[in-house]
Amino acid sequence: MTAVVRGSRAGASSLFAVVWMCHRNLTRFARLPAIMVPMIVMPVFFLVVFTSSFDGISRVEGFPTENLINWVVAFALLQGAMFSGVGTAGTVAADLETGFMDRLLVSPIRRGIIIAAPLTYTAIRALIPIALVTALAWAMNADLPGGTLGIVMAFSGGVGGALAIGCFGLGVVLRMGDVRAMTIVQMGSFLLIFPSIGQVPIALLDGWMETVARINPVTNVLRMTRQGYIGDVTWADTWPGLLVIACGIAVFGTWARAELIRRTR
Amino acid sequence: MTAAQGLRLTDPRRSRPRLLVGSEQAWTLTVRSILATARKTDRWAPGLIFPLAMAAVYSSQFARATGLSEFPEVDSFLQFILPATILQGIAFNASNAGTDMATDIETGFFDRLVASPVARQSIFVGRVGGAAAAAGFQAGVHTAIFVVLGVPIASGFAGVAALMLISIVLSVGISGFGLAVALRTGSSEATQSMFPLVFVMVFVSSAFFPTELMRGWYQWVAERNPFTLVVDPTRRLVISGWSWVDLFEALGYSLLIALLSLSLAYRAHLRRMRRS
Repeated sequence: MTAVVRGSRAGASSLFAVVWMCHRNLTRFARLPAIMVPMIVMPVFFLVVFTSSFDGISRVEGFPTENLINWVVAFALLQGAMFSGVGTAGTVAADLETGFMDRLLVSPIRRGIIIAAPLTYTAIRALIPIALVTALAWAMNADLPGGTLGIVMAFSGGVGGALAIGCFGLGVVLRMGDVRAMTIVQMGSFLLIFPSIGQVPIALLDGWMETVARINPVTNVLRMTRQGYIGDVTWADTWPGLLVIACGIAVFGTWARAELIRRTR
Repeated sequence: MTAAQGLRLTDPRRSRPRLLVGSEQAWTLTVRSILATARKTDRWAPGLIFPLAMAAVYSSQFARATGLSEFPEVDSFLQFILPATILQGIAFNASNAGTDMATDIETGFFDRLVASPVARQSIFVGRVGGAAAAAGFQAGVHTAIFVVLGVPIASGFAGVAALMLISIVLSVGISGFGLAVALRTGSSEATQSMFPLVFVMVFVSSAFFPTELMRGWYQWVAERNPFTLVVDPTRRLVISGWSWVDLFEALGYSLLIALLSLSLAYRAHLRRMRRS
């Protein structure tokens, strides 16, 4: 089916195109259990395994909370959300391989829309693991001293992280042109999230890891996402995370757009 | 020359023992399997690199945990995690054996082997042999890297040999499950989907953290996980010193896993033979 955008007003037609392409991706997502199952299973796996396997680490002096789930919930949530970003690369790779992307490129759709639509899909898709992990954490007796604002921060950090990885995934997949890009995006997100404060605070890290975690931008996103589970929500813990997300989306989004234009030529 | 052409088939003019001919064929197919793995970087690299990366991250993240009273006495967290690194490498390799068998079925190579005068068992043994060789080699490389990084192996050279032997037997065990799925389904996608299950089992064991520091139902499951039963005595060989009891315990449980998985795989093999 070729996308046909009608209407005189560019804004309305752009919105229609985003909604239509997003709807198409969501329909595909709902019809393919092979995509849905890992997205549901993996965050649950991360939360249960990281909390239960490494429970003893919370007994180390200086660990900020006695209940390890308060610390790990942000890590599991962000990993689940990042999977959504990786999934975006897979969706676009499938569109490239089936020739759908070529048909989009010759249709009268603005290039920005071709980037914005899969990202909107990523944000919607990311809500599933985020909501799942939040509900499971509540069921597993996680504390939430930050209240509603803490939940807002958790959702913002998760969706923001998914969007940044989604932009990175788009750039890689538009550069490589096939599904192999997913492996690189997957490995990239793992390499980013693991050497951070995902499982242990900086104060308890040793050697090279402490240095890497300090400069790793994911550390700031984790701090923003986690703050409501550890204490009150503060601007000092929020703005660095927001800045990293904004920079990630701007840098990788611009790169993805450049790759799309290169592909058009 | 293809592997099928390279097989030394039974010469009717010479009456050589069938067992010898079968062994030669199994060896040729094992070498084919090893070469196929060695030639494709994407087959061996993840199993070699990913466990090392995890070890590097965890040894920095959980170094302070070694000071807890429930934690076994170790030189460093890196020493504690060596068996887990080897186990992860085995898990990666083992999924390859099943996937390769499924690919052989999908591409028709399996049927061509069945149609040729190759002993039926050799086809099966060739795959298992390939996985075992890769696991032994990988365990040797992982151990060597850890030793270079300053991790002491309390049981010395004998302990390193024991680690490799346990890795080989356990690899045969895990590969057996992959082969069973491959032979039953004939689908590489279905066989690959087994990998996350092995990954989960590795995590829900004492591989990365002692079960004494876990809680509730998770601790109960981890203590009874077959991987824990293999990893704990293997770890004692690394951190405590040589013990025949630990060696036999680790080998014994690995053999039990291998017997169970290979019997499942062999049944699936025979069933596919009947269909072929």
